[in-house]
Amino acid sequence: MGSYVPNTKEERTAMLSEIGFQSMEELFGHIPDEVKVKDGLKIPEGMSELEVRRAMKKIADKNQIFPTIFRGAGAYRHYIPAMVNNVISKENLQTAYTPYQAEISQGILQSIFEYQTMICDLTGMDASNASVYDGATAAAEGIAMCRERKRNKAFISAAVLPATLEVVKTYCFGNEIELEVIPEKNGVTDIEYLKEHIDTAAACVYIQHPNYYGNLEDAAAIGNIVHEAGAKFIMGVNPISLGILKTPKEYGADVAVGDGQPLGLPLAFGGPYLGFMACVGSMTRKLPGRIVGQTTDQKGNTGYVLTLQAREQHIRREKASSNICSNQALCALAVGVYLASMGSKGLENAAVQCTSKAHYMARRLEEIGFCVENQTEFFHEFVTVSEKPAKEILSALEKQGILGGYPLDDHRILWCCTEMNTKEEIDGTISILKEV
Amino acid sequence: MLIFEKSRPGRGCSTLPACDVEVVRPKERDKRELKLHMPELSEVELSRHYTELAKKSHGVNDGFYPLGSCTMKYNPRINEEIAALPGFKEIHPLQPEHTVQGCLEVLKRSEEALCEITGMDAMTLQPAAGAHGEFTGLLLMKAYHHSRGDQKRTKIIVPDSAHGTNPASAAMAGYSVVSIPSGPDGCVDLKKLREAVGDDIAGLMLTNPNTVGLFDKNILEITDIVHECGGLCYYDGANLNAVMGTVRPGDMGFDVIHLNLHKTFSTPHGGGGPGSGPVGCKACLAEFLPSVRVDGEEVLRLTKAEHGIGEVKSFYGNFLVVVRALTYIMTLGREGITEASQNAVLNANYMMHKLKEQYQMAYDEVCMHEFVMSLSDLKKSTGVSAMDIAKGLLDHEIHPPTMYFPLIVEEALMVEPTETESKETIDEAVGVFRELYELAVKDAERLHNAPVSTPVGRLDEVKAARHPVLRYSFDV
Repeated sequence: MGSYVPNTKEERTAMLSEIGFQSMEELFGHIPDEVKVKDGLKIPEGMSELEVRRAMKKIADKNQIFPTIFRGAGAYRHYIPAMVNNVISKENLQTAYTPYQAEISQGILQSIFEYQTMICDLTGMDASNASVYDGATAAAEGIAMCRERKRNKAFISAAVLPATLEVVKTYCFGNEIELEVIPEKNGVTDIEYLKEHIDTAAACVYIQHPNYYGNLEDAAAIGNIVHEAGAKFIMGVNPISLGILKTPKEYGADVAVGDGQPLGLPLAFGGPYLGFMACVGSMTRKLPGRIVGQTTDQKGNTGYVLTLQAREQHIRREKASSNICSNQALCALAVGVYLASMGSKGLENAAVQCTSKAHYMARRLEEIGFCVENQTEFFHEFVTVSEKPAKEILSALEKQGILGGYPLDDHRILWCCTEMNTKEEIDGTISILKEV
Repeated sequence: MLIFEKSRPGRGCSTLPACDVEVVRPKERDKRELKLHMPELSEVELSRHYTELAKKSHGVNDGFYPLGSCTMKYNPRINEEIAALPGFKEIHPLQPEHTVQGCLEVLKRSEEALCEITGMDAMTLQPAAGAHGEFTGLLLMKAYHHSRGDQKRTKIIVPDSAHGTNPASAAMAGYSVVSIPSGPDGCVDLKKLREAVGDDIAGLMLTNPNTVGLFDKNILEITDIVHECGGLCYYDGANLNAVMGTVRPGDMGFDVIHLNLHKTFSTPHGGGGPGSGPVGCKACLAEFLPSVRVDGEEVLRLTKAEHGIGEVKSFYGNFLVVVRALTYIMTLGREGITEASQNAVLNANYMMHKLKEQYQMAYDEVCMHEFVMSLSDLKKSTGVSAMDIAKGLLDHEIHPPTMYFPLIVEEALMVEPTETESKETIDEAVGVFRELYELAVKDAERLHNAPVSTPVGRLDEVKAARHPVLRYSFDV
């Protein structure tokens, strides 16, 4: 059995005896017998470190690692600079709790302040929180923060990630916000539908940009319609795309959210990722979760603290703007290190490579008979339709260690390219597909 | 100095090769015009920047961290290495099922072990943190009542000693909160509970041991009272580290539970996450769990529950955190899990015993994994507050206990040593606490001015909130 208890049996007995007990059983003697576990827990016996390593390695080996990936759909493989893992492995940062004691947590607090600044700069917004769980929960929290007394209805585009829609629905079941889905038309949000249906009960409208199919929405036009109705405009964005695409601010959004996973976090079978949230200055006090602010100590030294806590659960209890307590701080640190390692030019380069390679691959697929469905501009994802069943196409690629695009239905595939996909890889994939 | 102030135009790291296909850029309508201000630093400058930030932080590995209710136990290194295996780290969440059998096995084994430890029948690993688990658990309760055509249960009972997340989560799940006062012993006041229950009550949220560190002996009666009125019982698993292997929430009458893998199951807190907050439930609620579940024996499958409340997060939760927790459970096993809890309780009682010669305990009886001191008498006699003692501890490289919680104890300090601290560490900390007490009596002023050895002194929180500066301004 493994153990992380330092005290030996003898030391434990001595401690027990010092406080007046003969045994552990006696120490737990005040717990009623009716509720006690009788014959021990029915889980396997413990193991040494070497045995555990072998057992877990065996489990990990049952997974197939794909050296080449053309699948996104909410989780993206990007290059992670060596600095990222180095920093998040530093034990002072990794093993600390939420920085309640500011004087010994200046490193963590400063890293969050830097993260907030980078998220604001990326999105063009004025204020950012310290992160929430992921992009989908950020969308749900974004909708909740727009609710007003006489506006209890939210609109969400059908062209968002399925997980985002699902999570938003679940949160709305909880907080009883009325939700209406704006249908998609030709792969983008149906603007005419929105125009007809939005009214003064609308608190907000949520769209994703680039959307689920990789398409760029006419975000500015949507923003105008939303604001004319007096509602708030929320944009869910891919952070890498912001290296070259207009910011939510430039499109007129009030709230910008998204999943930070592309910024330095591994695929990791879906988590931990990170949800980022930023907004215009007038909505700062509606942001959920932790926020770090700059201040000074008695001697005038600059320092950082958790601030605007009057929004939060430990102060406001049931009147809090959200229940969030633990967020994804270490992931926020990773995002900060990623953006600092890439720099403005590096981020722009990554974004340019993503979209360039996706366009190259789309063209090559068209050359061999695939039909690219996207009718508008797209970023790094696109949809193909083929006569051959998607299943056959993807399984042919799988045999060669390639994870193809995500099958949307029997004949439609959602492809994704990032800077990780080389021209050679794309050309090789096209050669395999020619044979199918 | 902020990273932006160290930035110099033209510096940077060499991360990506040149683009090997024809370059495509967005058209005018969608082209970014706003200037980007990401830092431009050489790699060595970056490396030093983060090393400096690490030096100005305090983790479990820097010293004793008895932060009550947060279970700051040691984070085993093997867990980190296992979570970094490419076989876990490089797996896309939407890969075909037959290529992710190992990941599904992790989920299945974790669910089985956690169900056994808590006495529950089914579990979802999707929630990302404790509060997220609370929200999920409350939605299960809501779905359960609605499925029975019972829409009138709109209230949740929460004791006034509860964690702040409990009432906040209840509100997010659309419930109004009925707060009931604790009895003089810090436990649930049965009379007040009986008065509160009725056919408008969806359930009760409770932690046992409670937030003052005591095991509520009336627990079976409490859960009976709630069940008799048709309500459900929710167990806040923040304090599970006290009772593993001794008592199971499921056997105490609880129907729903959330766990904090980042507390009880040794995964690092990361300065405030990522955590993991699995939600377990009894069989009668299992059909409402979030939709993705693992099924099958030889070949594992992902299945969708028909009546599930829907997803609470993308994909399958904070998977790598679950990998760490499973590694921990496999290391400790049946006996080690029980041993951990027993020693958490022993360490807490030992430390309380040593401290109570001077410090006033809020409840002077056998505690579980944590105990609460009240410094209200000390404050009256010397002017030294719980905050002052906490700040004094910083100068001795000890992370202070949780301050001013629970709300029912004045000038509270909530101490949770955990099982991974040795007798010497506790003895040394007790020595520091005693020294600070004596200092309070002799020279209160010095404690009002603590800390003096940290990178900054006490910070002006009022200023931070009144004139919020939440980001660096590039215009200056």
